[in-house]
Amino acid sequence: MAFVASPQPEPVLSIRGLACHAGRRTLFSGIDATLRPGDAIEVRGANGSGKTTLLRCAAGLLTPTAGAVRCAGDEPPLYLGHKPGMSSLLSPIENMRWHMALTGRAPSNGACGAALKAVGLHDERHAPCGRLSAGQQRRVGLARLAMSETRLWLLDEPFSALDAAGRELALGLIAAHRAGGGAVVCATHEGLNLPNAQVLRLPC
Amino acid sequence: MLSLAVAQTRRDLAIVVRARAEALQPLAFFTLAALVFGLASHSPETRAAIAPGVVWALAAIGAALGTEGLFRRDVEEGVLEQLLLHARPLWPAVLGKLLAHWCVTGLPLVLLGALVALALQAPAAAMPTLALSLLLGTPTLTLIGAIAAALTAGIGRGSLLVALLALPLFVPTLIFGASAGFAATAGTDATPQLLWLGALFAAAASAAPFAVAAALRVTQEA
Repeated sequence: MAFVASPQPEPVLSIRGLACHAGRRTLFSGIDATLRPGDAIEVRGANGSGKTTLLRCAAGLLTPTAGAVRCAGDEPPLYLGHKPGMSSLLSPIENMRWHMALTGRAPSNGACGAALKAVGLHDERHAPCGRLSAGQQRRVGLARLAMSETRLWLLDEPFSALDAAGRELALGLIAAHRAGGGAVVCATHEGLNLPNAQVLRLPC
Repeated sequence: MLSLAVAQTRRDLAIVVRARAEALQPLAFFTLAALVFGLASHSPETRAAIAPGVVWALAAIGAALGTEGLFRRDVEEGVLEQLLLHARPLWPAVLGKLLAHWCVTGLPLVLLGALVALALQAPAAAMPTLALSLLLGTPTLTLIGAIAAALTAGIGRGSLLVALLALPLFVPTLIFGASAGFAATAGTDATPQLLWLGALFAAAASAAPFAVAAALRVTQEA
């Protein structure tokens, strides 16, 4: 017996036979996916094909019609959806402090400030989020990625409203996260061309 | 768990400070509506006689209308989905949220209610009891109103449904609250009514945060 199985790291996310309906219409069915540390999946499909629904099922925000989703360690993933998850009346730093408390960390101005600096919002950190531009608000979301300690990221159209520099920033954050053993699922209608990413095409 | 409740309270109070005008509206409504009752009653004796009832009825109506928007901003801005995702269990965050809401809508009524009753020419000696009844009763209104607000959180803005759901559930609190006020103005002992208000608060406080958390989960599924 010379055969020695190479140790496969435990999947960060495994999806088995996932199906979801919107009313009578089947959005998708029989979706299987396994994400190990360092992996990425691009979920591609036209508008209305169920990309967001798939991500919300993976996050546990929606119960699928059939199938199962399992996250390693039952740790809630980081979900960056269409909605900012931030109060428009509070400043980026106040919002980030709340996110730290939410993810079970002691809120620290230093950590939040550093993350906001990393996404180029150092000067806007005390302005209400509602006064920022759409792209800047999206960057506050990227700051959440920058200070994340979560292994699984679920990103819904992470490039929307971002300029070229913002896209580079997002790609850099995703690459660093994967290099550090994290895993990413991105929903995108245009294709992000992440290196070595699996592509999951949703039928229309 | 407790730290999340504290963070949630601080966050919501910070939002109230930014949206001051919006937060003051229910208090202005309460005061003006009470004065409308005062102007419409035909004699000082009538005014004094109805004062505790007016204060309590308006506290209940104001709470029913005020809780309508409790989760609206959070739903629209995606804050609720983040809470549902990360806050496990959810009820400490709910409790923190309700505490912040009560500090802004209920706590001021303790003082304002007594002042309004005084303006309606109720006897000054009855004010401590009336204020105490509001202190015990308004948290119950917030807790119960939040259940109705959570059940309708997915429906969208401007829904009177919250008031229609909440007002019938306010009835026991309203009856004992107003009754305590009337006992105080008549100069009789209001202790039994106040004890009942305390009991209702204890029951609401031990059940409502869980009910709100469960209702929020259900509405987000749709």
